[in-house]
Amino acid sequence: MMLNANIPSGPIEQAWDKARFDMKLVSPANKRRHSLIVVGSGLAGASASASLGELGYNVKCFCFQDSPRRAHSIAAQGGINAAKNYPNDGDSIYRLFYDTLKGGDFRAREANVYRLAQISVKIIDQCVAQGVPFAREYGGLLANRSFGGAQVSRTFYARGQTGQQLLLGAYQALERQVYAGTVTMVPRTEMLDLIVIYGQARGIVARNLVDGELSVHIADAVILASGGYGNVYYLSTNAKGSNATAIWRAYKRGALFANPCFTQIHPTCIPVSGDYQSKLTLMSESLRNDGRIWVPKMKGDRRSPNQIPEDERDYYLERRYPSFGNLVPRDVASRNAKQVCDEDRGVGKSGLGVYLDFSDAISRLGEKIIRERYGNLFNMYQRITDEDPYKGPMRIYPAIHYTMGGLWVDYQLQSTIPGLFVLGEANFSDHGANRLGASALMQGLADGYFIIPYTVGNYLAANRFARVDESRQEIQNTVTTVRETIINCSPSEAGGPSIRSIASWAKLYGSLAA
Amino acid sequence: MEFTLKIWRQKSHNEKGEFISYPMDNVSPEMSMLECLDVLNETLMVRGEEPVAFDHDCREGICGSCGFVINGVAHGPERATIVCQLTMRHFRSGEELIIEPWRAEAFPLIKDLIVDRRSFDRIIEAGGYISVSTAQAPDGNAILVGKDAADQAMDAAVCIGCGACVAACPNGSSALFTGAKIAHLGILPQGKPERDGRALHMVAQMNAELFGNCTNIGECTGVCPKGISLEVIAIMNRDYLHASWKRREALEATIPPALERNTHRT
Amino acid sequence: MTRTAQGLDTAVGEIRALREEFWQNVTVPGSGDDLNQNLEKAGRVADFFELAELMCIDARERNESCGGHFREESQTAEGEALRDDEHYSYVAAWGYRGTGEPPELTKELLEFHNLHPSQRSYK
Repeated sequence: MMLNANIPSGPIEQAWDKARFDMKLVSPANKRRHSLIVVGSGLAGASASASLGELGYNVKCFCFQDSPRRAHSIAAQGGINAAKNYPNDGDSIYRLFYDTLKGGDFRAREANVYRLAQISVKIIDQCVAQGVPFAREYGGLLANRSFGGAQVSRTFYARGQTGQQLLLGAYQALERQVYAGTVTMVPRTEMLDLIVIYGQARGIVARNLVDGELSVHIADAVILASGGYGNVYYLSTNAKGSNATAIWRAYKRGALFANPCFTQIHPTCIPVSGDYQSKLTLMSESLRNDGRIWVPKMKGDRRSPNQIPEDERDYYLERRYPSFGNLVPRDVASRNAKQVCDEDRGVGKSGLGVYLDFSDAISRLGEKIIRERYGNLFNMYQRITDEDPYKGPMRIYPAIHYTMGGLWVDYQLQSTIPGLFVLGEANFSDHGANRLGASALMQGLADGYFIIPYTVGNYLAANRFARVDESRQEIQNTVTTVRETIINCSPSEAGGPSIRSIASWAKLYGSLAA
Repeated sequence: MEFTLKIWRQKSHNEKGEFISYPMDNVSPEMSMLECLDVLNETLMVRGEEPVAFDHDCREGICGSCGFVINGVAHGPERATIVCQLTMRHFRSGEELIIEPWRAEAFPLIKDLIVDRRSFDRIIEAGGYISVSTAQAPDGNAILVGKDAADQAMDAAVCIGCGACVAACPNGSSALFTGAKIAHLGILPQGKPERDGRALHMVAQMNAELFGNCTNIGECTGVCPKGISLEVIAIMNRDYLHASWKRREALEATIPPALERNTHRT
Repeated sequence: MTRTAQGLDTAVGEIRALREEFWQNVTVPGSGDDLNQNLEKAGRVADFFELAELMCIDARERNESCGGHFREESQTAEGEALRDDEHYSYVAAWGYRGTGEPPELTKELLEFHNLHPSQRSYK
């Protein structure tokens, strides 16, 4: 098989303009004749559904949660990047492009990353107009902060809940379209297979999670925005429900899966405390703006952090990476944490942890400013660990967080199955082998607001769609396959001492996959 | 630690429910309430019994999926803490914990501790947004927002839509939820042009669902995991009154409640 | 956080064995006709079993370190990730060929016209 990424020729700065110029358009009157399916309602799925609804398409959006507002994008804390250069510190589209490509260790496509950087500036505008309460300076202008892997301040944020606010913005835009009648929301429903007819993606088979009923949904194109596969590891920072079923079933129907081994370990999570633990909690990377990471110089040093004098502390990131210091990219910070713990210099009961210390920042800026910047994160830390991070350092350890791999897509975000488009974390496209902080929100929204509305239109205009009857053989076969893959339930007294629960299965392979 | 969990079990909306007691020992004080239920469910599964169904997802206190009443208090005894972040150390060993779902007309029960909160989505659908389609926005800094306004809007915008406010209210009112959205958008300059219509539509929808009226009891703000203040209800009432007066002539025409789409309420 | 060829080979074997055991022993209480969270989970776990194997196969095939993928065999003297641009500057796209069949690898070569891939340094 040959893979054609469909990257427009010519200078990279004009690639996206050129691609859009070459696209076929659907006339306004014809848009409502086309139906589209969107699977997932996170940043990518909600923004795509809203934008496509605004254009007049007939959209059906599916999510497995009770409401689109629950999608896991909501948990993103730190911020969203954009090459606005508001702080006048030398940022530009080209620099964001460079940082992202380099941060991804040169394993992403140049043209995709450049487009992402170009679009980044429009995302902020859109979100501001929707009423996302971004942090502001006293004069009323947008505030910025720094993130790992960059030497400029280009991250926009809403306290430590940026993902929540951006998702609610997209969710509200989506609900506006539900009211307008262009989008139908189908919650508590899970996609279990893709329907492919004459080589085109034409629909999905879905299961209603409340009554177990399987249903067939036909459309002219299918858009997957179902997130990443981080829960392949049992303990991750992903939500418990985050899953790879939609993309995996599409893979089994012929979509190629790209770079599955590119997974991201986030350096600042709260360390594991016991066997019963169901998930790991992330502490935003933005904490590394003001927090300093250290471990004791001496091996096996079990003194409490306040008893370890300054000259017996090893600020290993500042020592090894003087120009980026605590703001090195995530992969680098994570590996270094593991390394010092392997040397028996880790802290906490398990020895799997390093300190993230705010005492310098608190004495420099005062507790009030730190509280303003990170208050909710500090509270969360205290709630979980029962330790006060204003008084002593936090303990953190790396955990799986994001997956850069995903379904292969071309420049149009179309997979190897015509009519199957993949957005956000579910695709592989922009982050290469490592994603920079505050770039996931940027990519999800770029795909949903500003790319898919054009590229799906091009596909619809360039193809013909025969009427599809649900009784067709292909569809019935797909439904049968789905029925077979649903595990049989055993109503009662099935259990014996050797029976493992589903969670314990997950735990077993999860520990292997590490 | 040891506990007796007395949990509401109900197979579906149409069947009768009952409390069933489950003794638990070996509970670690560091466990969250949900992890405690996980452990119980593991035991139930091994015994071939059906596990307790409860909504949950992010387990970081932000998605708003989880929530139930513990000993009569929505989300349990800790202030500003949702059940996924409520650790067992906040209870006394040996205690009996009575766990039941949100009970409100507007939240029909689906199973055990799971209720249907789509009425919240329909309130947002009725006007909880700023009408700006993709690509219509001016430059981000073209709209100045004072820091105070941004902070105030954010204080209201942190609502996670969990439904605790409704469950805690003796009237089953969703005034705190609706008020939070009306305040968030109304405080910002971007949200001002639609302020009147938003209040009228959202309040109309709130009334069309089976939520009760607000009588300023304040239980809602007491259990709110994000500490949203009662002030948002005052803002909602003010906006609503102001808009009703201003639009008194066209009032009937301007507030069609959102269609009961996506409902399968029985 | 770090991977080795040997570790990955072992992992693939273990995942396969575990998957087999899963399919032989899995039980889900309750019924498929109402809300059953364990049934949802079981289906997702089954998919993750397969995905985990593909992930290890991909990691095994990529004999270089880059970004989050760190192969102990490929590092600089200072312990930083060492890329192999000559052999691995591509996107590895895997195609499904049936249960139990090895997946098919298709490569999309990456071309850099604007930036020159350099050794990442944050020193």
